[in-house]
Amino acid sequence: MFFPAYALYANPRLPYLQSQQGKVAELRLELNNGGKKDKNHSAKKIALKKIVANMTMSNNDMVTLFEDIVECMKIPSLEIKKMCFLYLVNYARIKSDVALRALPIILHDMEDSNPLIRALALRTISYIHVPQFIQATVPPLKHLLKDSDPYVRKTAAFCVAKVYDHDRQLVESSDLIDRLNAMLRDENPTVVSSALASLMDIWERSESIKLTIDYASASKIVQILPDCSEWGQTYILEAMMNYVPQDTTEAALLAERISPRLSHTNSAVVLTCIRVILYLINYISDQKVIASLCTKLSPPLVTLLSKGPEIQYLALRNALLILQRRPEVLRNDIRVFFCKYNDPIYVKVTKLELIFMLATEKNIKEVLTELREYATEIDVDFVRKSVRAIGKLAIKIEPAARLCINTLLELVATKVSYIVQEATVVIRNIFRKYPNQYESIISTLCENLDSLDEPEAKAAMIWVIGQYADRIDNSDVLLDDFLYTFKDEPHEVQLALLTATVKLFIQRPTKGQQLVPKVLKWATEETDNPDLRDRGYMYWRLLSSDPNTAKTVVMGERPAITAESEKLDPATLEEMCLVVGTLATVYLKPVQQVFRSARPRRLVDSPALQKHTLPTAQAIAEARKLQQRQDMLPLHPSENTKINGSQGDLASAADAADLYFAGVGSAGMASMQLDDLDGRSTGTPTQGFARSNPYVVTQNQPQQVYEHSSSSRNGDLLEL
Amino acid sequence: MLSGILLFNQKGENLIFRSFRTDCRPRLADVFRIQVISNAQVRSPILTLGSTTFSHVKHDNIYVVAVTKGNANAALVFEFLGRLVQLGRSYFGKFDEEAVKNNFVLVYELLDEILDFGYPQNTETDTLKMYITTEGVKSERAMEDSSKITMQATGALSWRRADIKYRKNEAFVDVIEDVNLLMSSSGTVLRADVAGQIVMRAYLSGTPECKFGLNDRLTLGEDNVLSEQRGNQKGTKATKAAAGSVSLEDCQFHQCVKLGKFEADRIISFIPPDGEFELMRYRATENVNLPFKVHAIVNEIGKTKVEYSIAIRANYGPKLFATNVVVRIPVPLNTAKISERTSQGKAKYEPEGNNIVWKIPRFTGQSEYVLSAEAELSSMTNQKAWSRPPLSLSFSLLMFTSSGLLVRYLKVFEKSNYSSVKWVRYMTRAGNYEIRYV
Repeated sequence: MFFPAYALYANPRLPYLQSQQGKVAELRLELNNGGKKDKNHSAKKIALKKIVANMTMSNNDMVTLFEDIVECMKIPSLEIKKMCFLYLVNYARIKSDVALRALPIILHDMEDSNPLIRALALRTISYIHVPQFIQATVPPLKHLLKDSDPYVRKTAAFCVAKVYDHDRQLVESSDLIDRLNAMLRDENPTVVSSALASLMDIWERSESIKLTIDYASASKIVQILPDCSEWGQTYILEAMMNYVPQDTTEAALLAERISPRLSHTNSAVVLTCIRVILYLINYISDQKVIASLCTKLSPPLVTLLSKGPEIQYLALRNALLILQRRPEVLRNDIRVFFCKYNDPIYVKVTKLELIFMLATEKNIKEVLTELREYATEIDVDFVRKSVRAIGKLAIKIEPAARLCINTLLELVATKVSYIVQEATVVIRNIFRKYPNQYESIISTLCENLDSLDEPEAKAAMIWVIGQYADRIDNSDVLLDDFLYTFKDEPHEVQLALLTATVKLFIQRPTKGQQLVPKVLKWATEETDNPDLRDRGYMYWRLLSSDPNTAKTVVMGERPAITAESEKLDPATLEEMCLVVGTLATVYLKPVQQVFRSARPRRLVDSPALQKHTLPTAQAIAEARKLQQRQDMLPLHPSENTKINGSQGDLASAADAADLYFAGVGSAGMASMQLDDLDGRSTGTPTQGFARSNPYVVTQNQPQQVYEHSSSSRNGDLLEL
Repeated sequence: MLSGILLFNQKGENLIFRSFRTDCRPRLADVFRIQVISNAQVRSPILTLGSTTFSHVKHDNIYVVAVTKGNANAALVFEFLGRLVQLGRSYFGKFDEEAVKNNFVLVYELLDEILDFGYPQNTETDTLKMYITTEGVKSERAMEDSSKITMQATGALSWRRADIKYRKNEAFVDVIEDVNLLMSSSGTVLRADVAGQIVMRAYLSGTPECKFGLNDRLTLGEDNVLSEQRGNQKGTKATKAAAGSVSLEDCQFHQCVKLGKFEADRIISFIPPDGEFELMRYRATENVNLPFKVHAIVNEIGKTKVEYSIAIRANYGPKLFATNVVVRIPVPLNTAKISERTSQGKAKYEPEGNNIVWKIPRFTGQSEYVLSAEAELSSMTNQKAWSRPPLSLSFSLLMFTSSGLLVRYLKVFEKSNYSSVKWVRYMTRAGNYEIRYV
């Protein structure tokens, strides 16, 4: 045979597969060779093996052999059948007309006396996405769901989900799902777990089908757990999430009964078991039972850290989650989370986050020594996060602030550019948290001005200069230096420069009077950025109308910041705890944000649900309490700022006035006016804003401001 | 669940492509190649693009990749990939590019068997080897044979064949401990723990019921109660250690161990698979006996010279000896020349790893050896970042467990009542045995 036109199109990526067509012809010859002499079909087997080997590597050239393969299928040999079926699954969609000729052969095989062949035929036919095949599957499937052999039955159970995947209506209009349901009473545990997995798969993709498990069935499937394969155990545990306890003792009993699974060697069993126990705890009222369950969760979670790095990573991400929901679970020695030198970077970064979250006044010395060690590693991103963590610890653990700052200063002394920049950013936050305490280190920061080249660090430094313009002798000179490149800076830095210049002017009018007009002109007339221009105009108006008001606004008292921003918001936390061990927990983001089509999970209400213990409920209660307190107390500036501070972290935002201008919505404006009418507003307008709309500040604003820096690092909590 | 399994070589060639669902399209192979294999910036084993997630592990010179849609159970995905690698190794000896290329058909056959619609099925090597073999299916099996296989694959004892016979019934137990140490440069132990595994090789006839006991029963059984009652955990643990029992932080067992029974009565009871398997894993953090103590002094003399003085002492009994002790002492990247002296073993500078490698083939208990070395540094114009890796040790030490764990008994019950011989061996190895130094 000769194919001149094709010879040129040999795949350039795979040089050893050149002259594809020659190869196909050769294989065909080999396949049909031997004829009757080939008694054991050994020649055919060899040829088939070659064809299978070439299926993936040779870009579909093997498809031309389809008709020859169909011929081979008739040979009554399991080995040959397997290869032919594999070929069929691969190519049936491309050549459905030829594939149809294989249909009678497969249908025939589904009635074979050998259960392995029956199962193989059923498995194969249901993989083929060709309508005729799917339709032809249904009648024998009904029959095979009741096969005498459990291996065939479990294959049939999965087959229902497969057919559903191809053609929903076909399944919904038949009684297949009912039949599948009936299989939950099968005597063979593997069949039961397969039927459950199949039902769950269908439920996952269907709006119309409900899957509820009552206590009796839950109890029954838990009973067969020990007799199932490790995967079967995982499917059963996953199905347990669809059981809604109606009674708190029932929940406790089931949690107790599945807890031995925590000692299984398969981490899928362990993590899924942790998921179910955490879920059931929501329905348990007895605190003692909860405490004893929580103690059981901790050791297996830590043991997962001796598995491969991927499982370690997953376990650590979930530990971050569980820590927020049930802190008592991870009361471990923090040292189990210290990084090993050879840990992959993704493990290290997550360990760092855990160390940060577990740090307390008691272990802070140990933690700082460890973080200091990490800050000398070579992975830049990891080093930055370590530095950031030290700074955030200063904010989180007040008594340790001094220690943290000393560590930071040691690091700044290394003069490594990215360490200095990172330190600058966190020190800015430390100033905000502890005003008038650590300003003595400003001079150290000023020594490193030249090494700042990242916008975030620059903006931080500029903020410091502006804020402390009256204490830094040459603040005007420093600012002027920065202003030299004003037009080339990113908006973030331009905004910071604008504000800092105004602050300088307000604190030291003589020094600032030359700079202010220049900057305001740039900001209002020579920029394309609407935020910058708007802010420029506002400052302008403010300064020209009433300098005193300008002072209260611009230099107003800033709400204190906290380190709470690492925590997930309550609704997300609640949802994430229902999907422990899944991909979403790696990203620590709401399931639907990562996977749009995924089914959202929610805690289902029942008389047993301990609603008051849920994160969302607690958050609402907290907010209500705050509201009450605010309503009762006559507003006083300091009181108000404190309350606002506890609401969340403003760390990454600029100062309060900036926030006010950047974030205040019409609602904020309206409430300002109300305040005036009530005559209660005694302080700055920021109070009105903070009071009426705290969530805007805490949740949206910082993210908007720093979106560019967080977008590249998905799901990391240690973000400012 | 899984939509497909893909295998790649290091060049990014797709060796195996098996889809289990219609949403796993062939072009996904190109996506993975571009996004992960040829991307040097990859920092995670998981990549999600749209609703498709690639989870991969690297084994030898191949990438083993699972494709999933939606919010899949990631633990199951990685656990399965690990199992696939394990299966590959037990079938081909090695699971690398060559093994895959020589066994395309078998790999596809295995995948078809161990995953149905992307759901992992029975992955027990022993059972699979009954009907999926490298020689191809031996003759065509008779009906009864097949149903034996199917019963096995779906039964409660899916890991064991029923008709096993040995003339001599034996069981070998290996207690292998990896001791992890992280010591600061000032000599304080930052972390010391033991990751232990108990590997059994069972050559037992019939369906033997085994009961297995360790010297940790007190702890595992009563510790929680005790400490809750008295609130005096430390005191009780110390007394227990003195009484010869150890406290294990946690245990994980092979599928064959009856977990319910363990939870209730603290008895490790099981019907073992035939041949070698990992019976359990455990973790211990209390009273870890460190086999070696390392004392490192590093002096930087000016910018061109560093002096090292490393002393290492064996903490175990004089009758024992460790073998293959290797100490790796990292030196700066700009090291030009090393001169070294040792009181035992041989030391050599390995420029490719920037290490001084000190090998001591046999290290008797209670002895102490010293290495002194001097590194001459070449002057460099631009300083390359050096991550200052820790000094690390590897060794193996027989008849010693760092946790103090001992096997108390192994009883075998079988209905034919044969007698069996049991052997126990202990070994401690270095896991991550690291000493930080500046």
